Amino acid sequence: MIGNDKTQVSESVHVLAPLPYAENAMEPVISARTIGFHYGKHHKGYVENLNKLAAGTEFAGMTLEKIVAATAGNPDKAAIFNNASQAWNHTFYWHSLSPKGGGEPPAALKQKIEAAFGTVDACKKELATAATTQFGSGWAWLALDGDKIKVVKTPNADSPLTKNLKPILTVDVWEHAYYLDYQNRRADYVAAVLDKLINWNFAAGNLRG
Amino acid sequence: MQPFLRSALCILAPWAGMLAAAEAAESAGTAAFTLSALPYAQEALEPYISARTMGFHYTKHHQAYVDNLNKLVAGTPWANGSTLEQVVRESAGKADQGPVFNNAAQSWNHGFFWKSMKPGGGGQPEGRLLEAINKSFGGVEKFKEAFLTAAVAQFGSGWVWLVQEGDSLNIVKTSNADTPLVHGQNALLTCDVWEHAYYLDYQNRRKDFVKAFLDHLVNWEFAASQLK
Ligand SMILES: [Fe+2]
Ligand SMILES: [Fe+2]
Repeated sequence: MIGNDKTQVSESVHVLAPLPYAENAMEPVISARTIGFHYGKHHKGYVENLNKLAAGTEFAGMTLEKIVAATAGNPDKAAIFNNASQAWNHTFYWHSLSPKGGGEPPAALKQKIEAAFGTVDACKKELATAATTQFGSGWAWLALDGDKIKVVKTPNADSPLTKNLKPILTVDVWEHAYYLDYQNRRADYVAAVLDKLINWNFAAGNLRG
Repeated sequence: MQPFLRSALCILAPWAGMLAAAEAAESAGTAAFTLSALPYAQEALEPYISARTMGFHYTKHHQAYVDNLNKLVAGTPWANGSTLEQVVRESAGKADQGPVFNNAAQSWNHGFFWKSMKPGGGGQPEGRLLEAINKSFGGVEKFKEAFLTAAVAQFGSGWVWLVQEGDSLNIVKTSNADTPLVHGQNALLTCDVWEHAYYLDYQNRRKDFVKAFLDHLVNWEFAASQLK
């Protein structure tokens, strides 16, 4: 079946985006073990499921963003939406973290944050509240609503992309993101991520373009 | 605490009202709801569920749902002798009672989950339950396959259940805190598929956890006792 193999290779399939750092780069805030499962099993699983679900359908060859937009809110397309959106969300999450994260946002972002929340600390506090009150699995986000930064939380695979908002930063609050390291203490995971890992430069880059 | 002071705090911070209510409940010494007893030791389900998992699951997660519920119902009619089932039913589907429902339903679901398992469980159902399973699923192995498929297919946090509806048995999955109690179904068995139920022991391998639940932990006598 060489011919078939060739067809499959030439068809555009989604690939697991590379992790932008080593699996142990987030220690001690997030263990290499957690990142290993999270990236190598969960994220990879979403990408593989998506490729299976999209093969031979109108969604084959579409970008993740297009699939998310085309399937959001359609109960018949829940499986493909879930996997496409989770594939996108996780890549966005890896970039929202940095081994040199935390600290102060760059000036332009800081200004926008202060305009919306008063202070960077107030913004972090609101983001932490969203992250700890998201019941069940989901995500907490900073997103642009027009020109204004706001905090958003989404359940399961959902993202600001489905609400006409532009994501600029995210924290995964599915239990798999922190259970090996923090167990039930989601608040401690969120606080540590916001203080030590959050990638303000990535967020600032998302303000443009 | 003076009423005017409490409302002033509510304006300052949304959680202050909750704290004040919790203090009121504590000072009265009467929490409305208590954590149901674990029907076995925390290590009793090893090696299929570790004592560590049970410790967090029972004394942190389940306990927190009960504690949160007590805070939320303090000062409401629900604190005066309502059963947990009543709170679950009466708060279901009410947009402004989401946190009450979530914590009440999770308190109930977890109590039901502990009873759905036992050390040395698994094996075969008997009698009327076996007949009903054969009739509805075409055999115990077919039931297990369908239960496993539903458990794996539940996207995100939730539960998978064996329920009785009229004359037949069905497998249903529910999301987050949702429960058959509010869907007119009689629950017979449940398996928790929130990641906290299995992540320390099985990580991403939910299927292996649910398989162990079905083969080694499931308490068929309890399920049979729930038949109507
Ligand atoms: Fe995740
Ligand atoms: Fe649970």
